[in-house]
Amino acid sequence: MNAWLNFFIDALAFGAVFIYGSTGEIITEKAGHLNLGIPGIMCMGGAGGCLFLQLFAKTLPSVLLVPFAIVASFLMAALMGLIYSFMTVTLRANQNVTGLAMTTFGSGLMMTIMSRLQATVYLNKPKKMFRFPFAARTDALQRIGVMFFLAIAVAVVASYLLYKTKLGLHLRAIGENPATADAVGINVTRYKYVATCIGSGIAGLGGFYYIIDYMGSQEAYKSIEAFGWLAIALVIFALWRPHMTILGSFVFGVLFCCSSSISVIASKISWFNVTMSTTPILKMLPYVVTIVVLVISSIRNKRENQPPAALGVSYFREDR
Amino acid sequence: MENQNKKREPLLHITKRAVMPVWQQALIRAGAILSAMILCGVLAFILIPKLSANPSRIGEFYSCFFKGNFKTVEITWAFFKDVAVLLCISLAITPAFRMKFWNIGAEGQVLVGVLAAEGIAYLYGSRIQSNFVLLLLMLVAAIVSGALWGVIPAVFKAKWGTNETLFTLMMNYVATYLVIYCLSKWITSGSMVMPKLQVGVLPSFVNQYFSTILLVLTLTVVLYFYLNYSKHGYEISVVGESENTAKYIGIDVKKVIIRTMILSGALCGFAGFLIGAGVNNSVSDTSVGGRGFTAIMVSWLAKFSPLFMLLTSALIVFLDRGASEIASVFDVTGALTDIFVGLTLFFVIGCEFFINYRLHIRNIFKKEEKAA
Repeated sequence: MNAWLNFFIDALAFGAVFIYGSTGEIITEKAGHLNLGIPGIMCMGGAGGCLFLQLFAKTLPSVLLVPFAIVASFLMAALMGLIYSFMTVTLRANQNVTGLAMTTFGSGLMMTIMSRLQATVYLNKPKKMFRFPFAARTDALQRIGVMFFLAIAVAVVASYLLYKTKLGLHLRAIGENPATADAVGINVTRYKYVATCIGSGIAGLGGFYYIIDYMGSQEAYKSIEAFGWLAIALVIFALWRPHMTILGSFVFGVLFCCSSSISVIASKISWFNVTMSTTPILKMLPYVVTIVVLVISSIRNKRENQPPAALGVSYFREDR
Repeated sequence: MENQNKKREPLLHITKRAVMPVWQQALIRAGAILSAMILCGVLAFILIPKLSANPSRIGEFYSCFFKGNFKTVEITWAFFKDVAVLLCISLAITPAFRMKFWNIGAEGQVLVGVLAAEGIAYLYGSRIQSNFVLLLLMLVAAIVSGALWGVIPAVFKAKWGTNETLFTLMMNYVATYLVIYCLSKWITSGSMVMPKLQVGVLPSFVNQYFSTILLVLTLTVVLYFYLNYSKHGYEISVVGESENTAKYIGIDVKKVIIRTMILSGALCGFAGFLIGAGVNNSVSDTSVGGRGFTAIMVSWLAKFSPLFMLLTSALIVFLDRGASEIASVFDVTGALTDIFVGLTLFFVIGCEFFINYRLHIRNIFKKEEKAA
C-alpha cells in the first residue's frame, strides 16, 4: 500500500486510544468531576480485559470472547470509577488528589497483574479475533479492528446523548451548577455516580484497545499511563465535545506516528534530514501542540468553549 | 394518605462539623493508616503467590516495612535521603498550591533542574578546577531552568487564564524528551546513559547524604516562616482564598501568581540540583521517577504546612521502601509500591470526610415508637 495512506491509517488507528480516553473524561467532566485518575483507570481497563482473556481464552468460543472481554474491561474500569466517585461524591474528597492516587494505584496494580499473565494465552490467539475484518492484512489496516469501530460509535453516541437529549442536559446542568440542578429536582448524586462510572468504563476500553488491538504486543501495557495523561489534555482540544475527539485523536495520532514511522516518511522528503536525535524532538510535538491549542483557546475565550463551571468543586447541599 | 404526609427522613445524612480536637483528628488519621495497612496485607495475599501459598509468612511481610527502612545504618541514611528529596519537591510546590495554582508540573521542573546541573557538570566539570565554583554554577543553572519551566505556564495563566493544570502537565513531557534529546547529543557512544560523574558532587561529611538532608531541613524552616510570617506568604494565601478580595485590597494578582511560580519553579530546580549533585550524580529521563506527582499528595496531606510535610513525606517513603523490600523478599514483579502507596492515600484522603463532616444515622427503632 502507499506509504502515506499506510501512515494515515496507522495514525487513525492509534488515535482510537485517545477517543476512548477523552470521551470518558468528557463525560465525567460534564458531571463536574476533573478525573485525573484516567491514566490509572485506562491501565486497569487494559488489565481487566487481559485478565478475562487469560482466564477464558481457551474455553469460550471466539464469538463470545470478544464482546465478553470488552465488557470485562469496561467493568473493571467502571469499578475504579466507582471508587473514585465514592471518594469524591460521597466523601467529598479533593478531586485532584484522589485522581492522582487513583493513577498511582491503578498503574501499579496493572503492572503487577500484567506481569503474571502469559502472552501466549491472552494475546496471541485473541489478537486475531479483535482485529476481525482485516486480521489477515500485513499493513496498517490490520490495526483497524472491532474496537476501532466501537470507539467511533461510542464518541458519536456520547455526543448525541450529551447535547441532544434531556439526560445530557441534566448532566451538563450538574456540571455547570449542581445547586441549581438539585433545586430543579435532578438527583445530583446519582447522575454524578453514573456519569463517572460510565466515563471511566469507556476510558478503560482505551487501555484494552491499545494492548490487545492496536499494539498487540506484550510490552504495550507499559506506555498506557502516558497516553492517559494525553487523553485528559485532548478534552480541551476537543472543547468538551465527544465527536470532536475523533478529529483531535487523529491529529494526535499523526503527531505520534511521525516519530515512529519517520524513517519511512523521511525517505520521501529530500529536505528533511533525520538523525537519531531528531526523534525525541518529534516525540515532543503532541505535547507542544496541546500547549499551543490550550493557549489559543484561552486567548479566544469563547463562552461555549469553556470547561464546566463547577469542574473540580465537590458539591455539598448545605454549603452556601 | 397518612403515609404520604409523613416527612421521609433519609437513613443517613451529613452535616459539617465544628473544628475537631487535634487528638481526635490524629486518631482518625492513624486509624485510616492502620486500616490501609491491613488492607495492603489482604491485597498482598491475592497478588503475591509466595504469600498466598504460605500464609504464615504474613509476619515477615509486615516486618519488611521496618527492614526496608531501618535494617542497617546505611539503609536508615538512605531512608532519610529519600525523605529529604521528596520533602524538598513537596516544599517547592507548596507556595503555588497555597495560591490554588494547580501546578502538576513539578516532575518536569525538577527534571530540567537535574538536567541543567548535571549538564554543566558533564560538559564543563573537567575544565573548572574548584569544586565549589562548579557546584555554585550547577546550583544557579538548576534554579534558573526550574524557575523558567515554572514561570511559562504562570505567565499564560496570569495573562489569559490558561488552564495551568494541563499546561504544567504537558511541560513534564517536553522536559522528558528534552533530557532524551540532550543525552543523545552529549553521549557520543550512543548508549544514551550518562556515567556516574565524579565531579560536581556535594561534599560528604558525617555521611554522603548529610548535606542534602541538612539543606532540605533548613529550607523547611525558611519556607515555614516565609509562608506564615511574611507579607509575600500572606498575599499568596489571600490570592488562594479569593482573587476578588486580593484585588480589592490592592494586591496585584498577576504579579503574585508570576512571582510565586518563579519561586516554586526555582525551588523545584533546587530539588533537581540536590537529586543531581547530592544523590544520583547523573541524569536520565527517569531521574525524578514520579516524585513530582507524589509530592502533590504529600503537600496536600500535610494541608500545605511545611512542618507536617516532614511526617507525610516520611510516611510515603516508609511505604515505598517497605514495598520494595517486600518485592525483593517475595519475588514480586510489577509495581507493588504504587499499589500500597495508592491504597494508603485512598484511606488518608477519605478519612478527611470524617474529620470535616458528622454522619447522622436515623434511629429506626425510635421512629417506630413515635409512629405508635
